[in-house]
Parts: sequence; structure tokens; C-alpha cells
Amino acid sequence: MTGISEPGASRDGYGDALLDLSSDKRVVVLEADLGKSTKSCHFRAQYPDRTFCLGIAEQNMALVGAGLAEAGKIPFASTFAIFSERAFEQFRNGIARTGLVVHLCGSHGGMHTGQDGSSAQSTEDLGIFRTLPGMTVMHPCDRNSARSLTRNLLSHDYPSYTRTARNKTREIYSEAEADNLEIGVASELRAGEDATIIACGVMVERSLDAAEELSNHGIEARVIDMHTLKPIDKDAILKAAKTGAIVTAEDHSVIGGLGSAVAEILSEECPTRMKMVGVRDKFGESGSPEEIMNKMGLTSENIVQRVMELVQKPGRT
Amino acid sequence: MVYKAQSGHPGGSLSCIDILVGLYRGVMRFDPEKPSWGDRDRFIMSKGHASPAVYSILRDVGVLEDSDLDGFRSLGSVCQGHVDRKWTEGVDFSAGSLGMGLSFGLGSALAARLDVSDRHAWVLLGDGEIQEGQIWEAAMAASHLEVTNLTAIIDRNRIQNDNFVEDQMRVGDVASKFRSFGWNVIEIDGHDMKEIVNALSEAKASVGPTAIVAATVKGKGVSFMEDNPAFHGAAPNEDQYAEAMEELS
Repeated sequence: MTGISEPGASRDGYGDALLDLSSDKRVVVLEADLGKSTKSCHFRAQYPDRTFCLGIAEQNMALVGAGLAEAGKIPFASTFAIFSERAFEQFRNGIARTGLVVHLCGSHGGMHTGQDGSSAQSTEDLGIFRTLPGMTVMHPCDRNSARSLTRNLLSHDYPSYTRTARNKTREIYSEAEADNLEIGVASELRAGEDATIIACGVMVERSLDAAEELSNHGIEARVIDMHTLKPIDKDAILKAAKTGAIVTAEDHSVIGGLGSAVAEILSEECPTRMKMVGVRDKFGESGSPEEIMNKMGLTSENIVQRVMELVQKPGRT
Repeated sequence: MVYKAQSGHPGGSLSCIDILVGLYRGVMRFDPEKPSWGDRDRFIMSKGHASPAVYSILRDVGVLEDSDLDGFRSLGSVCQGHVDRKWTEGVDFSAGSLGMGLSFGLGSALAARLDVSDRHAWVLLGDGEIQEGQIWEAAMAASHLEVTNLTAIIDRNRIQNDNFVEDQMRVGDVASKFRSFGWNVIEIDGHDMKEIVNALSEAKASVGPTAIVAATVKGKGVSFMEDNPAFHGAAPNEDQYAEAMEELS
């Protein structure tokens, strides 16, 4: 690895991974005028011949990727998470449906993106891409895991959407720990038998903080990083159900995202009391990431509160 | 096919079939014995509803059989309603949602450049289809990226789903539009085989992306379908079928 281990944002991990993958000549990079932001710019600087800058035209970018994939290339395309939605139907009809493998990364996802305001704060991306048959959907929580999971896409047989975050987050995984991550296999970050917090992306660090606070109240919560929303790790969810209380945490709408995905499994296989921390059918606004996350109820305190409600209320199985 | 299925798009298939004959029987690098050969030219039928034209030419060159065509639009058939690479050997692109094929062809052309291959990407577009904005995203990118092995053929049959293109949404001077996007442009009679083959050969040899604007007649060869918006997406009845077959034979 061409190691860059300083703290960063998950989008930096995406940029690192593209360089890690560069020795494979099948890898091509597609940009839509946001390479400096999504971090594909580092690959572009070193491999201009294998980088195609397509201007502000996400729909074209998607299908150019499909044409390259049909001829045996492995395209990695990126833009902001919100603008990936503009190419949704192209991904549906031109990629997922056709059995072609194109990898799309949407950076600056969620409320966490902050000051740019509601037009940039995608809280639907994970949900909509999750509806496409055969599509892999990921939302890593830190730079090292984003790097490792993106690297894993090189030998992945399905098209994918990966959301990364604009802003720096704590390092959750060391490089060595991140190397062991697998697409579709959730990662238990903290043991606990009283409740389980299942989180993705920037909510993972908040979930770990919440678990520490809960411990002060005598509640030991398991924390799971569900970095892959699809295919989702059903075994980890069913195992979590045995703790009797599940709280999901995501910087995404509670409609269609991680909470929905977990509920889909639990309601059919093992009905379990659960609560969701996520965006409640609202658009955001400008503000610092912390301000807007507070306003939207996406804090460790919100997670603590939801877990307490489940654990302390009678009727717990 | 369309009569048997009692659904499909005869008008836009008949308008472009001469062009497909020019491609598959003339200019395209394509081996019916090896339809998936990696270094073949790519043919992208972007107006995917003209699938009967594609299935007919694939039957003509021996990739498909009569029985395949008989299943057109029926459950489990290799001949899906809109062309689909997952279902039909010899089909390079899955269409059905208009406006996407030129971008795909650009990807094919860029892949050929990376592979240092002279294989070509041929994209057939409808004239109504170019109302989609993505076509112009791709047109801009193709000249910016200086691809030399991409040709768009515009089937200018002047009719789209609801009505005449002129009435629905004028596309104006198509040749000038492509020229202004930095493309070579050749204008032809899309039913004159000599003009078709000459234009395709010229496009293959030219430096830069080329647009062939082919003036065509929707429903060509069947009097009651010709220039008739009603036969964009409607199957002939029994009498009409008999009449059409007589006219075409």
C-alpha cells in the first residue's frame, strides 16, 4: 500500500484506494468535475490516460462507464452523493439491469456535509441505490475502511454505490484491521449483550461514544459497523436480535436506509424491538456539520436516549 | 415478429433496416461465428424499440434462428421487447430508455483507444431520441476527448411516439447541431444503399467522431405505415399484415 495513515475523511480513503488499484491496467477513473472533492484527482494526476473527465454530466458519465465495462475495463466513477442521484435511472437501466460492473462513489453524503446546505445533503442515496437488483451499497465510517472496501471492489462481480463523507472522522480501524474487512460482512466494534447499535458511516463514531455513555448507566451495548447496506449481513442482525433491543444510526433518511434494511430482516425473521436514529423525513439547511447533526437528531445523545427507551421500557423480551 | 406478438414498433424498425444491412453486410467488423469476439466493432441500437430490425439482421447473418424471432416479446424469449445484451447474443447494448446509447458508444470507443485497437463503435439514434439531454452531454464529450472511432447514425424519420417530431419538439437542423458540437457530419438518403455504405466507410476512416444524418421514412416499404405516426408502436392486424407482406415481397 502507498500508505497515508494520517486522520482523514472517508473520501480520502477512496482516493488512496484508487492509487492502490492503479497497477491493474483495467482500472479506469471517471470524473464529473468534482475529482478534487471526491479525491479521484490523485489518480488523475498520475494516470491521465486512464482518467476521463466528463464535465458536469453525470448521466453521460454513468453510461460511458458502462461502455468501458462492456469492453473489460473496471470503471470507478465519482461525484457528490447528491448528484449520483441524477444518474439513478442510468444506473438502473444502463448498468445494474445489464449485468455490467461500474463502481460509483458519492462523496459529501448526508447532513454531515454541512455548510453547502440542503441542496447538497443527500439523505436518499443509500435508499434508492439499495432498491436496484444486484447492486452493492456501502457506507464506510473512516478513511482506512473506505480504502480497504474500495480496494475489495476490484474483484467484485456486481456494480456498486459507495457513499463517502466530506469531513474528517475518527480513525475507527487501523490499517491492519481495515485490511480484514470484507464487503457484506459487518464488523463488531464493541461487545455488549444488553442492546445493539447498528450504524454506518459517520454515525459509527457517535455510536461508540453512545455505548461508552450507556456503560456509565450500566447498559452494555454492542456496536456494529454495517458498512455494507447491501448485501446486508443478515447473520449479524439476527445475532443482534438476541440482545433484545436494536437501535440503528445513520446520516440518512429513516425511509429506505440502514434502519429500513435492518427492519426488513427483523420483521420477517425475528421481530425485535428497535428504534431508528436518522433523518425524519426532512430537508436540512446550512450550518456546521455539528450544528446540523444536532438539529437533525443525529448525535450520540440521541442514540443513548433511543437505547434507554428500549432497555428501560417494560415489554422487553 | 410484430404481427405475431401483436405488439412492438414496426415503423422505426423499417426506417432503419437499410442502415443495419449496410453495417452488418458491409462495413462493420463482425463475425457471426464469434458474435462476442472482444475486438469486434460494437453496434449500439440506442432506440431500443427498433429491436425487430436488430433481430432481423442478426437472423439474416445467422446469429439468431427463425424460432428465436417467433418468440419476440414472449416470456423467456431471447428476443426481448427492447434489445438487451443479457438476453441476446450479438446484442452489445441494453436499450429501452432513450438517450443512453451515445454515452455507451463513447465508452466503447475510449476502451478501444486504451486497448490500442482500431475497432469502431456505431450508435443508431432516433431523431426524437435526440431530445434527451444526455445525447448532447455525450456529443460534447466525444469531441472534447477527441475520439476517432465513434459514429452516430441519426435515423431522421421525423416521427416519434405521440406525433411528428416537428410538432412534438422541434429538433431543428440536426446536421448543424452536431457540427457545432465538433463532429464531422455526413447527410444521406437512409434508404439508398450506395449512399449508406459510402457514408459508413467515410465515417470509419475519418478523424474525429462522425454523425451520419440519414433521411428516412418511418414504416418504409409498407404503404399504410409510411409516414404514419400510428405505426410507431402498433402491430398490424390480420388484413394489414397480409397487405404488408405482399408489398414487401
